[in-house]
Amino acid sequence: MSAPQVAFRTAAALLMGRDLRLALRRAGDSLLPLGFFLVITTLFPLALDPALSLLRDIAPAALWVGALLSSLLALDLLFRDDSQDGALEQLALCGQPFAGLLLAKTAVHWLLTGLPLVLMAPLAATALGAPYGAMPGILAALLLGTIALSLIGAVGAGLTLTLRRNGSLLALLVLPLAVPVLIFGARATALAIQGESLAAPLYLLGAMAVLSATLAPWALAAAVRIGLE
Amino acid sequence: MAWVWFHRFGSPPHFYRLARQLTPWFGWPAVLLCLAGLIGGLILAPPDYQQGEGFRIIYVHAPSAWLSMLVYVVMATSAAVGLIWHMKVAHAVAASCAVIGASFTALALVTGMLWGRPMWGTYWEWDPRLTSELLLLFLYLGYMGLRNAIDDVSRADRASAVLAIVGVINVPIIHYSVTWWNSLHQAPTVMKFGGPPTMPASMLVPLLLMLAGFTLYFGALLLTRARGEVLRRERNARWILEALDRA
Amino acid sequence: MNDIRAENLHVWRGDLHVLRGLSFVVHGGECLQVTGANGSGKTTLLRALCGLVPLEHGRVCWRAADIAANPAAYHSDLAYLGHENGLKGDLTAIENLRYGIGLRRRLAVTDCAAALAQVGLSEQRAVPLRRLSAGQRRRVALARLSLMDAALWILDEPSSNLDAAGQGLLVELLERHLGTGGLAVVATHQELVLPSGRVRTVTLQ
Repeated sequence: MSAPQVAFRTAAALLMGRDLRLALRRAGDSLLPLGFFLVITTLFPLALDPALSLLRDIAPAALWVGALLSSLLALDLLFRDDSQDGALEQLALCGQPFAGLLLAKTAVHWLLTGLPLVLMAPLAATALGAPYGAMPGILAALLLGTIALSLIGAVGAGLTLTLRRNGSLLALLVLPLAVPVLIFGARATALAIQGESLAAPLYLLGAMAVLSATLAPWALAAAVRIGLE
Repeated sequence: MAWVWFHRFGSPPHFYRLARQLTPWFGWPAVLLCLAGLIGGLILAPPDYQQGEGFRIIYVHAPSAWLSMLVYVVMATSAAVGLIWHMKVAHAVAASCAVIGASFTALALVTGMLWGRPMWGTYWEWDPRLTSELLLLFLYLGYMGLRNAIDDVSRADRASAVLAIVGVINVPIIHYSVTWWNSLHQAPTVMKFGGPPTMPASMLVPLLLMLAGFTLYFGALLLTRARGEVLRRERNARWILEALDRA
Repeated sequence: MNDIRAENLHVWRGDLHVLRGLSFVVHGGECLQVTGANGSGKTTLLRALCGLVPLEHGRVCWRAADIAANPAAYHSDLAYLGHENGLKGDLTAIENLRYGIGLRRRLAVTDCAAALAQVGLSEQRAVPLRRLSAGQRRRVALARLSLMDAALWILDEPSSNLDAAGQGLLVELLERHLGTGGLAVVATHQELVLPSGRVRTVTLQ
C-alpha cells in the first residue's frame, strides 16, 4: 500500500495558497462581511440617542452582535463553491487527512473574513465612543472571539452543506453555540472600555478558542463527509 | 455476553417486542409516583414561610428542567451509539427524544415564567437557569430543524448525531457562561429556593417523588415513540409483514 | 497485484435499495464498464467504490485489503472523475493542475504544461477555466487524470461534453493506463471500445 508522497504540511500550505489566490481574484466577496460589520455597528448609534456616555455602554453589544452576524454571513464563502464544483470531494479523495485540510480551509477563511474585522474594530469602537486605552483589549478579545466563531460556524456550514441556501437554519444551529463567546467577549470589551483588567473573560475566550480548535476538526470532517454522500 | 445483549437490543424486531413489554413497567410506576408526589407536594407540604403557596409550582418546574437536560444527554448518547456502531435503533431513539425534550424544556420555561410572575413581578427576568433553558430550547429546535431539512433519513440521522454531540459538550459551557454573566448583575435570587440539602423533608420528599415519576414517564414515552419510529423506518422490512401475519 | 474486489455490496439511498448484493473483480490491465438506465445506480456504485457512500453490507477490497481499514492509502492509489470536474473556475488550467496534483505528489510546472499539450490545450494554459468551454474543461480534467499517477481510475461519464477528438483522447489515455497495469471502472451510456479489447461490462438494473 502506498502512502501520499507529499507531507500533510506541504499539502495544507498548498491548499491555503490556493484558497488565498481564489479569494484575491474575487476580492469583493471577502470584503462583504466586513462591510456588513461596519453597517451594523453604525446602526446601533443611529437607533439610539447620540448621548456619548450611553453610546459607550452599548459599544460592546454593538461590536459583538456585529461580529457574530457578519461571521454568519461569511460562512457561505467557506464550502459552497468547492461543494458545487466538485473540488471538495477531490479533497476528500486526495489521501491527506481530511479533517486537517478542512481546518486549513477554515483558517484561511478566518484570515479573509475574521481578521479584517478585528483590524477594523478599533475604528468602529472609536465611533461608538470607546477610549483609545481600550483598543488593545478590544483587539485581543475580538481576535480570540472571531477564531472561535469561525470554527463553530464552520461546523454549522458543514452540517448544512447540501441544503438550500437558507440562512435561518444555519443561524439557529450556530448562534446558541456561539452564546458563550458572545458573553465572554462582550464582557471583556466592556471591562476594556472601563479601563479595568479583562484577564478573566479573556482567558475564558481563549479557552473557548482552544476548545473549538480541538473539537471542530472531528465535527467538520464528519459533517462534510455526510454532506458529500 | 453483554456484547451479545447489546447487539440483540439493537436489532429492530427485538427492540420492537422488548419496548412493548417494558412500557407498562415504566408507565404505571410513573403514574403512582407522580400521584404520590402531587398529593404530598400540593396538599400535604406546608406553605413556604417566604413565598407562601406560590412555591408549589416547583413540583412541576424542577422535574421538567431536570428532564430537559436528561433527555438531551440521552439523545446525544444514543445518537453517538448510532454513529459509532451503526445501530439503526439508536438513531430511532435519538429521533424520538427530540420532541419529548423540547416539550419538557418548554414546560420548564412556562412554569418558570409562571413562578416568576408572583415572585419578581414580571414574567421574565433573565435568571440564569431560565436563560439556559431558553438556549437549550434553541438547541432542540436546531436539532429538529436539521433533521427536518435533510430528506434522506440515514443522512439526517448522522448529521443530527454530529450536531447533538457538539451540543451536549456545549450545554455545560453555555450554562456556565450564562450563570457567570448573570452573577455580574444584582439579579434577584428567588430561584435559589432552598435547594435539596436545605429543604425540609416534607417538601423534599414529594419533589424527589415527582423527579422519579417524571423520569419514568419519560422512559415510557420514549419507548412508545421509539417503537413507532422503528416501525415507520422499517415499514418495508420483512419482519414487520411476518409480525402482522402472526397477529 | 492490482485488483479491486467488490463483495456483496448493498447500498440504500433513502428508501431505495439501489445496489443489491453486487459482486465483481477487476484485475490489473482490465477496464470494467458499468452500464444501466438512468437512475439504476451507476454513480452510486462508483462513489461507493471510492468510499464516499457508506455501504449497508459488503465491502470493497483493494489489493486484498478492505478499503475501510486504510482509506488514506487507498485514496493515494485512486483517481476519481465525477460528473463535476472538481476544478476551480477562477484558476487557470495550469494552476488547477498544479494545485490539484500538488496535494498528492510533487511535480514540476513542465509536467503540467506537457499534460495540457497532450490534451490539446497548450494555448489555453493561462486562461481561467470559467472562460473555457465545457468540453475544454473536461479535457483539463483528463489532463489531471493522466498526471495523478494512480493505479485505479474510477470515471463517471468521462466522455460527457467531449467531442469526437476528445473521446479519442480518452480512449488513448485509458489504453495507456491499462497497458501499464492500471485498472479502470467506467460508468458510461455509450459503448466503450478499446483497441486492445480489454473491456468487460456490468449492467445495473
